[in-house]
Amino acid sequence: MAVIDHLRTAPRLSFRFIAVWLRNLKVWRKLMLPSLLGNFGEPVLYLIALGYGLGQFVGEIDGMRYMVFLASGIVCSAAMTGATFEALYSAFTRLTTQQTWAAMLAAPMNVDDVVLGEIAWAATKALINASAIVLVASVLGLVAGPQALLVLPVILLAGFAFAGLAMIITAISPSYDFFLYYFTLVMTPMLLLSGVFFPLSGLPDAVALGAQFLPLAHVVMLVRPLMTGGVVEMPLLHLAVVAGYAAASYWIAAALARKRLVR
Amino acid sequence: MSVIARGLTREYGGVNVVDGIDLEIKAGECFALLGPNGAGKTTTLRMLLGLTPPSAGEITVLGEPIPQRARAMRERAGIVPQFDNLDPDFSVRENLIVYGAYYGAGRRQIEARMDELLRFAELTERADDPIQGLSGGMKRRLTLARALVNDPELLALDEPSTGLDPQARQHIWERLHALRRRGKTLLLTTHYMEEAERLCDRAAIIDHGRIVACDSPRGLIEAHIEPHVVELRGDLALQWKDVALAGFRVEPVGETVLIYGQEREALLREIDALIGPGYLYRPASLEDVFLRLTGRELRD
Ligand SMILES: Nc1ncnc2c1ncn2[C@@H]1O[C@H](COP(=O)(O)OP(=O)(O)OP(=O)(O)O)[C@@H](O)[C@H]1O
Ligand SMILES: [Mg+2]
Repeated sequence: MAVIDHLRTAPRLSFRFIAVWLRNLKVWRKLMLPSLLGNFGEPVLYLIALGYGLGQFVGEIDGMRYMVFLASGIVCSAAMTGATFEALYSAFTRLTTQQTWAAMLAAPMNVDDVVLGEIAWAATKALINASAIVLVASVLGLVAGPQALLVLPVILLAGFAFAGLAMIITAISPSYDFFLYYFTLVMTPMLLLSGVFFPLSGLPDAVALGAQFLPLAHVVMLVRPLMTGGVVEMPLLHLAVVAGYAAASYWIAAALARKRLVR
Repeated sequence: MSVIARGLTREYGGVNVVDGIDLEIKAGECFALLGPNGAGKTTTLRMLLGLTPPSAGEITVLGEPIPQRARAMRERAGIVPQFDNLDPDFSVRENLIVYGAYYGAGRRQIEARMDELLRFAELTERADDPIQGLSGGMKRRLTLARALVNDPELLALDEPSTGLDPQARQHIWERLHALRRRGKTLLLTTHYMEEAERLCDRAAIIDHGRIVACDSPRGLIEAHIEPHVVELRGDLALQWKDVALAGFRVEPVGETVLIYGQEREALLREIDALIGPGYLYRPASLEDVFLRLTGRELRD
């Protein structure tokens, strides 16, 4: 079948994906501590270094301390990084060198199940990373109140979107080196242009408009007010954009993975 | 019937690597696909299991149309792939538990069968070891045990003993015999003739994607080859490779010369008189049939 035929075919959803998710959870639990430290050590370092260092010069943004502004951005970017690394490097290892996917596919499991299981796991990693930072932020007094807990379901949904996008790359990647394109062309611009480190209003109009198409920008627009005690504007629009990215990227990633594996 | 395939064909890059294969395998039968490297054994097996879509042909396995209902069929089948793909992140025991979960089996269900599976694979003592430390034979046995987590009716094995030392190979054969006795249908690919001859009720010899012969090992030998063989090796082979013997067929194969005859007494009398001692007599085997039907040139 040609790529286009795979893209026209809807992925077949089933609960089988849970077995894939559980497998990855089981592996993660073995290395939980170092993994946790590695995953949230870096974002916390960014938060503290930029928050204190840069914060002195920036003063207030939108009526809040820079540290407070930044904390919600870092939660979102850590979710993106967490989901992306898992869906790129770890999933690619299981697809290629470890042949874990091949083993799963010999069991009563479809490519669609395996891809969904991997995405769900990568989204879970995003949730774990983001939760750890929300925790640190609240200890540092950077969180407005209990409504910050609403960040977690938003991050989980965002995790599905970022993992799905990364999984598209994994499905077509010939090697690990290929991921560099994704980082340079997608991840870095998205990280810099989504309002993580500074408000979008600081950007030229055309760039700010373009940023409206980035899923991370919408995640930040949901998460920042929730963490800082503001009001979320147009929550349904933002949720719809993120959910749309999640659904479309899963559809495409599953089709490309089928193209690669069912032959 | 466990497996029915009609006109099974698969094309890669304009070449039919599987080219119109018809197969019928009865429940409880042990069936071998024999063929040289690149003959299309793995591709055939993968199509039967719903892992590779056929370019043409019809398949029914365990009563399910393939690939449409491959998932339902695979719930009742076990697969040993050509190359081990055990999960390197887990121990022996965990490999079985996690693989069972892919079949939808809960931890309890697999724990209940764990001792039996470990004993079957003779890995009880190694149950909590990481798989990196296992020998090739142990890994193969674990892969076999893993294919049994769902207590399958049909077991498909792609070269189950390739790359193993003779002891490990004997061990795998003995395990496969045990499975046959339990009434499992076995479908295996191999290029060890001895494997097919010892284990299987029937074998299909495939070459260039086609079945060139299909019968019981005995039947294949009777139909395609003289029953008695004399082998000459080393200097004897060099000396006699161009000999012509009326009523006997002489086949030089590499460093060996094979002389085939219909009657043992006549063959040995002739050889004793002409060549003298130092030869080896044996009854014809599947290997002779295989070489005859697939030719002697090197593949791949
Ligand atoms: N995915 C693929 N794409 C292109 N060609 C393929 C693919 N899979 C198999 N082939 C080709 O099809 C032919 C048959 O391959 P197959 O793996 O079925 O042979 P085999 O009998 O299992 O060989 P071996 O004994 O080496 O395992 C080979 O020439 C192989 O190169
Ligand atoms: Mg093969």
